[in-house]
Amino acid sequence: MKTQYDIEGGNFSKAGFASSEVKRMLKQLNLDIKLIKRVVVAMYEGEVNIVVHAYHGTAEVDVSEKRIRILFTDRGPGIKDIDQAMQAGFSTATEKIREMGFGAGMGLPNIKAHADELNISSTPGKGTQVEIICYIKKDHQNT
Amino acid sequence: MKQQTITQEGVTIKTLSGIVSGNIVNPGPHNNVAVKTAFTSDLMSDVLTIDACETVLVTGLTNPQVVRTAEMSDILCIIIGRNKKCSREIVELATQCQVTVIESPFSLYKISGLLYESGIKPIF
Repeated sequence: MKTQYDIEGGNFSKAGFASSEVKRMLKQLNLDIKLIKRVVVAMYEGEVNIVVHAYHGTAEVDVSEKRIRILFTDRGPGIKDIDQAMQAGFSTATEKIREMGFGAGMGLPNIKAHADELNISSTPGKGTQVEIICYIKKDHQNT
Repeated sequence: MKQQTITQEGVTIKTLSGIVSGNIVNPGPHNNVAVKTAFTSDLMSDVLTIDACETVLVTGLTNPQVVRTAEMSDILCIIIGRNKKCSREIVELATQCQVTVIESPFSLYKISGLLYESGIKPIF
């Protein structure tokens, strides 16, 4: 099952809308509550990252029997140093973002903590792709 | 001050509101649901790292992301301190997300203390 959501950079009123829709969908599929939480927290962090840093982005959500895959693709400034961005506490967010309770440099590390797989690729000046995978059953990780 | 003691079943959201001299802005289905733990933070990224379960979030922020963060974290109730008032947008979003919001006139420190005194446990 595949769904796609548009994410508008800078639109904080709508930040979290896609993650909320996905949470509703996963609940309807009667998936494990803890798995749903892992997925939606990781997705929400990714969604907020696009709203904070990019001009526009999409989230493609693919749910199969074995895993949930979320692919974020954005047009934006990109990430110059992905290793640095993965360090807890590193942030390029503005003061305005911090006032909203984000921008503490915890987004990507938190995604990593909640996902089974996290893959990031980025071209500075063009945009970023973030792939998040959560397995529905752990024993399906290597299949 | 009369001390209230938490039962194994926790403290209902309606009772919580009384403890913090609060006002439930969106009375809903959770008012008689019990909470057992609390987390106080203005940093939503921090909230997203906790393993919340039957938890109330205490914060001084009043933007939509507070409600979204609660929704993603399975937090049923938010207490907004510092005598801040929620916009209609926040109330509507919270109602839609089935998150109960309480406005309290007290500081976050005082709210946290009152909850602790009532037997609500910290997450860690």
